[in-house]
Amino acid sequence: MQNPTFEIKAMRASYGAKEVLKGIDINILSNSVTAIIGPSGCGKSTFIRSLNRINDLIPNFHASGDILYRGEDIYSGDVDVVDLRRRIGMVFQKPNPFPKSIYDNIAYVLRVHGFDMREMIDEIVEKSLRKAALWDEVKDNLKQNALTLSGGQQQRLCIARTLAIEPEVLLFDEPCSALDPISTAKVEELIHQLKQNYTIVIVTHNMQQAARVSDHSAFFLMGELIEFGKTQDIFTKPVDARTEAYITGRFG
Amino acid sequence: MRKFKEFIIEKLILICGIASIFFVALIFLFLLKEGLAVFNIVSPFQFLFGKSWYPISDPPQLGILPLILGSLLVTLGAAIISIPIGVGCAIYIAEVAPLKIKEVLKAGIELLAAIPSVVLGFIGMVTLVPLVKNIFHLPTGLTALSGSIMLAFMAMPTIVSIAEDALYSVPKNYKEGAFALGATHWQTIYRVMLPAASSGILAAVMLGIGRVIGETMAVMMITGNAAVLPQSIFVPVRTLTATIAAEMGEAVVGGEHYFALFAIGIVLFIISFAINVTADFFLHKRQ
Repeated sequence: MQNPTFEIKAMRASYGAKEVLKGIDINILSNSVTAIIGPSGCGKSTFIRSLNRINDLIPNFHASGDILYRGEDIYSGDVDVVDLRRRIGMVFQKPNPFPKSIYDNIAYVLRVHGFDMREMIDEIVEKSLRKAALWDEVKDNLKQNALTLSGGQQQRLCIARTLAIEPEVLLFDEPCSALDPISTAKVEELIHQLKQNYTIVIVTHNMQQAARVSDHSAFFLMGELIEFGKTQDIFTKPVDARTEAYITGRFG
Repeated sequence: MRKFKEFIIEKLILICGIASIFFVALIFLFLLKEGLAVFNIVSPFQFLFGKSWYPISDPPQLGILPLILGSLLVTLGAAIISIPIGVGCAIYIAEVAPLKIKEVLKAGIELLAAIPSVVLGFIGMVTLVPLVKNIFHLPTGLTALSGSIMLAFMAMPTIVSIAEDALYSVPKNYKEGAFALGATHWQTIYRVMLPAASSGILAAVMLGIGRVIGETMAVMMITGNAAVLPQSIFVPVRTLTATIAAEMGEAVVGGEHYFALFAIGIVLFIISFAINVTADFFLHKRQ
């Protein structure tokens, strides 16, 4: 039995009076890919966005319950949220590179974290872009504005930017929903490689994607965790009738 | 019938649209016609760079360099004071302030914009002028510095509201992206939000400066109005606007003095126009 990266018990989350997660119990295992699937509005995005506390930016958001990251309650008062977010990287639904050059998108992150030696930054920029399988496409145009890249390249740049600071966990919030099939395949391939070194959580509304990339799958419905298990089992012999209805496409 | 109605309405709106341009053109033509006449008496070079402004001596000396420098000095001072405070205030309102304080502040800024300039000038005269005089041990508090401080208050509302708007329109996902990478709030503001909003902020600054350079009443009341080449910010100066306002009433219509004041109007018009075009350029660059 691997040690879980996240141990979550009775997690609830709400926006104002609207409760969107109604008691979630789940363990997310290290060095594996966990897919969160479910229809729109089931709380899967809220769930993943709570894991690095990026939802704190939304006014009125509130989360409760035990949300332990490596044994530490991330919602307790003495957690350094800035450091937490450095350790738990996130890639968003819509690629969001900064309106700067490709190079500066990564260099910015490094400078924020105190790197100031030119050669070192150059080196990490290259290494991160290689890891994100983007280096060969952009190595001659590092000074180009990142917003001129294609959607898929932008998304890989965002992944590279996240990898640059060597997080321990990668959260992907529907990373391919704005991408074409070829870019999607590249990102999925990348997730496959990254699994060796990172714990990965991916929210997706694309069930084929969940089946392709993940080791474990969790099916959310209306703020509750309906079923959680090995992806293979979830997709071949789901226990709950609702899970089966969803993965066979009868709703959602 | 319906078509006819549409036709009439369309034409009426067209006339309204043309009217505004038409009046601007008329004003500019009138300004040119009256102002250019001064160049029969002095050369444009003498006019712009002449060091003495004695319009009623004989022969009149019509050099407006002291006035141009007066305007620039007061404007520059106001910019130095109002830009950091204004942009800082915009950052606070857009990014830091809790909702309640934000609303109070925004209302306060709007109120500041609503104060008539003569009232600001009056308050400056009785409070700021003696203060400047005492602090710096000057013979008079009616100085360029006093004007700058007062005008900074007038530029601030413009700068704050437009810069705040620019910061607010930075896409939310930039901010999320920076936070998710472990940047602190200030690192996010300084390295992501401000650069992303930079053209809007520049436009805010230009419009604020435009407001300052065209301002007349308050500067006339507190800058001392001495048309001499300013040596420092602690001496009285006279601005372009104040000169026109103060002297137009006593200038003989059709006289040299009268033409010179119109020529000053042209200079002001060109400066304001240039500032507005620059601001516009930055605003459009943003979109």
